[in-house]
Amino acid sequence: MTHPDFLWRNPDPRPAYDVVIVGGGGHGLATAHYLANNHGITNVAVLERGWLAGGNMARNTTIIRSNYLWDESAAIYEHSLKLWEGLSAELDYDLQFSQRGVLNLAHNLGDVREGRRRVNANRLNGVDAEWLGPEEVKKFCPVVNVSGSARYPVMGATLQRRGGIAKHDHVAWALARSADGHGVDLIQGCEVTGFEITSNRVVAVRTSRGRIAAGKVALAAAGHTSVLAAQAGLRLPLQSHPLQALVSELLEPVLDCVVMSNAVHVYVSQAHKGELVMGAGIDAYNSYGQRGGVHVIEAQMAAALELFPIFSRVRVLRTWAGIVDVSPDASPIIGRTPVDGLYVNAGWGTGGFKATPGSGWVYADTIAHDRPHPLAEPFALERFTTGALIDEHGAAAVAH
Amino acid sequence: MLLLDCPHCGPRDENEFHYGGQAGVPYPAGETTDEEWAAYVFVRDNPKGWFRERWFHVHGCRTWFTVERHTVTHEIRKPG
Ligand SMILES: Cc1cc2nc3c(=O)[nH]c(=O)nc-3n(C[C@H](O)[C@H](O)[C@H](O)COP(=O)(O)OP(=O)(O)OC[C@H]3O[C@@H](n4cnc5c(N)ncnc54)[C@H](O)[C@@H]3O)c2cc1C
Ligand SMILES: [Zn+2]
Repeated sequence: MTHPDFLWRNPDPRPAYDVVIVGGGGHGLATAHYLANNHGITNVAVLERGWLAGGNMARNTTIIRSNYLWDESAAIYEHSLKLWEGLSAELDYDLQFSQRGVLNLAHNLGDVREGRRRVNANRLNGVDAEWLGPEEVKKFCPVVNVSGSARYPVMGATLQRRGGIAKHDHVAWALARSADGHGVDLIQGCEVTGFEITSNRVVAVRTSRGRIAAGKVALAAAGHTSVLAAQAGLRLPLQSHPLQALVSELLEPVLDCVVMSNAVHVYVSQAHKGELVMGAGIDAYNSYGQRGGVHVIEAQMAAALELFPIFSRVRVLRTWAGIVDVSPDASPIIGRTPVDGLYVNAGWGTGGFKATPGSGWVYADTIAHDRPHPLAEPFALERFTTGALIDEHGAAAVAH
Repeated sequence: MLLLDCPHCGPRDENEFHYGGQAGVPYPAGETTDEEWAAYVFVRDNPKGWFRERWFHVHGCRTWFTVERHTVTHEIRKPG
């Protein structure tokens, strides 16, 4: 057996770049890919303090959907979903993107009203959405317990048939290969430790591998954005929390869709390999520790077993956490910052994997033209001052 | 699971508590600009390191109190 070819080079940093992207997760890599592909900007470095895509990109549960409530969110997430639909072909890599349908269960009247409202809002925005009654839920997903005496009765569900999952590692590798092929330097083991700012313009980053001059600097550091922003003298409306997930041992195919429940803080899908992938809500406290409390997992499993009694003897293989950057309105922050030439793309919190291509697309455009892409404009930092929040707690808080 | 030292009840498991976020955020005095008000309402410190924060013993004596916790190691110490 021969070792497979490497998909990207492992270059040393050069002294200067037109654009330096901080963070080599999905969003940083997608931004580099679209800077090159859409805007012909290739004198670019992606600086990653660990290894490529070893942060939340490696830790998420890969749920993809676009059924958010507000127009601004529907527009950006649907843009992203449309990109997913062509991404395997665009990147010439099988991303195992599987549109198997995403159910969001309703367990009480509040959920039902919220779900039906969201279905209507989605349809008005051209996002596919259906409301299913309990019997239709059972037909779509036979292993869910819809009995009236269940602890969490299933009173219906929203269904987005175009939603689903993808293989996160493949997504990162394919984006990295594309960016690298365009000449972008993907530099691992390179931590940004500070910024050089002259007359309110960023001119360079300081890193664990020396100073790197930059025409523009674009943050794509997810849970660590606040730490970086502080080095540039900025305070952002973000809090970093652990978000946990787990996988079971490998099973025969038993679940062929994604099931989520906001009310009981659990969601589950079955990966291509066979493990059940389940996630919880965030741990309450601020943390950069990349681990959370067992009681959060325990509560999540208790709810999962009420919904799927058939899983009662399945064993947990491993649990882990990533550090997610949560914003006050559960929507991302994308755009310019008060420092010229410094851009931010953060606050995707618990749900940014699905946005990977869409986020990279609008961020690259924003950086290239030094003004917000129209889809990114509502997500600018200014909204916290103007009050034009995009409150997606209903669609985003626990659900990914 | 954290072990939090309630000033009234002593050390208790984290799941008896509700998290209250950053401690000691002052209400802005006098006239405030929109920016100052936004910062007060929406922006909190988010340090990687020691953090002064509020906890509420919601399933116990219902006391609010302040602890200092390290956001990487999760070590807890009495606020100085
Ligand atoms: C358990 C879990 C489950 C999730 N499930 C879903 C889901 O089902 N669907 C969904 O849409 N989203 C989900 N998410 C959210 C999603 O993973 C994130 O929103 C998204 O991955 C964030 O963007 P990213 O990929 O660029 O982040 P990351 O992969 O975290 O990339 C940020 C990178 O920046 C690097 N970095 C940080 N500081 C520095 C520095 N100073 N210098 C250099 N590099 C630095 C980090 O090392 C990291 O690699 C989940 C997250 C977690 C943790
Ligand atoms: Zn007490």
